[in-house]
Amino acid sequence: MNEEFSRDNEFLLPANGTFIALTLFVALMLNWLPWQGLWLAVRPDFAALVLLYWCTHKPYRIGIGIAFTIGIFADVADSSLFGQHALSYSVLAFGGILLHRRIQMFDVSEQPLQVFPLLLISYAVFASVHWLTGGSISWQFFLGCLSSALLWVPLSVLLQTMRRTRSDPNEL
Amino acid sequence: MDRTQSFQFFNRGPSAAARLIFFVLLSLMLLFIDARYKHLESIRNVLALPIQPLQRLATNLTTQPGVLWDQFSGYLDTQGNLARENLQLRQQQTAYAAQLLQLEVLQTENSQLRKLFDVSQRADFPMQMAEIVYVERDIFKRKVFVDKGSNKNVIAGQVVMDETGLVGQVTRVFPWLSEITLITDKDHAVPIQVLRTGLRAVVFGSGNISNLELRYMPISSDIQVGDELVTSGIDGTYPPGLPVAKVIQIERDPAYPFAQILCTPLSGVDRQRQLMIITGLHKLPELPEEGVKTSESKSKKLRRSKQ
Repeated sequence: MNEEFSRDNEFLLPANGTFIALTLFVALMLNWLPWQGLWLAVRPDFAALVLLYWCTHKPYRIGIGIAFTIGIFADVADSSLFGQHALSYSVLAFGGILLHRRIQMFDVSEQPLQVFPLLLISYAVFASVHWLTGGSISWQFFLGCLSSALLWVPLSVLLQTMRRTRSDPNEL
Repeated sequence: MDRTQSFQFFNRGPSAAARLIFFVLLSLMLLFIDARYKHLESIRNVLALPIQPLQRLATNLTTQPGVLWDQFSGYLDTQGNLARENLQLRQQQTAYAAQLLQLEVLQTENSQLRKLFDVSQRADFPMQMAEIVYVERDIFKRKVFVDKGSNKNVIAGQVVMDETGLVGQVTRVFPWLSEITLITDKDHAVPIQVLRTGLRAVVFGSGNISNLELRYMPISSDIQVGDELVTSGIDGTYPPGLPVAKVIQIERDPAYPFAQILCTPLSGVDRQRQLMIITGLHKLPELPEEGVKTSESKSKKLRRSKQ
C-alpha cells in the first residue's frame, strides 16, 4: 500500500466544509438504501465510517457534536429511539478523536485492526440500548461492524484521493 | 499526554472528554424521555419532513432500474403469453362471479338471521389502500412505512391487512407516511381464536418474518397442524374474524409445561406492496367500575377455594 495514503503529511487540499458535509450526506443516503434480510445485517454503517474517517483525519473540524447531530438524523430515519444512534456515534467520534494520532501512525492496510474495536464499541452501545429498553439482541447485528472495518481501507483511499491536489484534471 | 500540549495557542473549546460527557448525558436523557414518556413525537415529525423525502429518493433510485426492466420485459411479452393469461383470468373471473353470487345470497340470509336474533349489525369497515414506501432498516424490527399519513386521516392503532389476512397495525403517524408494525415483529401480540374449535389464545411474533408463535398453550390443548387462526376481537384493536395465521408445526414435549406451536402468517407479510388500512375501529362499551372488578375477582377466589 502506498505510504502516503496513511498520513496527512502529503499536501492535501484543505478539507472544506462543503466537501465534508457532502461525504457525510452521501454516507447517510447509502445507509438509507432499501437493505433487507441478510444484506441489512452485513451492511457496513457508511455514516459511522465516514464520521470516523473525518474524526481521525480532521479531529478539530469534526467532533462529537456533529456525530451527535448525524446520529439524531439516523434515529429519525430508522425510527429508533431518540438518541440511540446519537449515543453510539458520539462514543465512536470520541474514540476516533482520542486515538487519531495512533491510527494515523499505521499504514492504511493495518488501520482496519485499529478501527475495528472502536466500531465494535459503538455497535455494542447501540445494541445494549436496544436490549435495555426491552428488545432482544441478535448476533447477526455485529456482522455489520466486521464489514465496516473491512470497508475502511477502500473508503479512506477514496477520500484521500479526492482530497489530493492535481494539475491535470484527468489524473488520479 | 497533557504534557505534550502544555502550550495552548488557540482556544479549542472544551476538551473531547467534556464534550463526550455532555453529549452522552444529552442522548441518555433523550432516550429516557422517548422510551418512557413519548413526548418527542412532534420533534420527530418536524425532523422527518426533510429526511423522509430523501429516504424515499434513496429507495426509488435502487428500485427504479428494476421497475424499468419490468416495464421493458412486459412490453416484449409475447402475444401467446397474453392470450393464455387472458384466458386464465376469464376463467378465474367466472369462478369468482359464481362465488360472489353465493356471497350475496349468504349476506342477505345472514342479515335476515341477524335481524331475527336482534343482534347489532356488524358494520362493514371502510378501508383505504396504501402502498409500502420502504421497509425499515433496523435488523431488530419488522416494520414498514406506507404512503398514507395524517393527511389521509390515518390514526395510530388502525389495523392493516391485505386481501388474504392480517398484516399488522399502524403504530406511528407522520404527515405523509405512517409506520406499520407487522404481526411478525418480535413479541407483537394478536388475540386470536382457533377457527375449528373456538379456542381463544394469543399469537406472538417471533421476529422471524415467516413465523408466529402460539405461546402458553397447555400440552393437552386441542390444536392440530393446519388449524386456521382468526382474530377474536377481544382486545378492541383488531376487529373479529380476520384471518391471521395457520398452524404449521406442533411439538408436545412432556418435559415442558407448554406446547411449542409454530404458525405461519396467512397474509403476505413480506410479499405485498399494496395494503389496506381499515378505518373503522369498533367502539367497545366502557370497562366496568373498579369496585365491580374487585368483587368479581373475590367471588372467583371464593369459587376457587370452594373447589
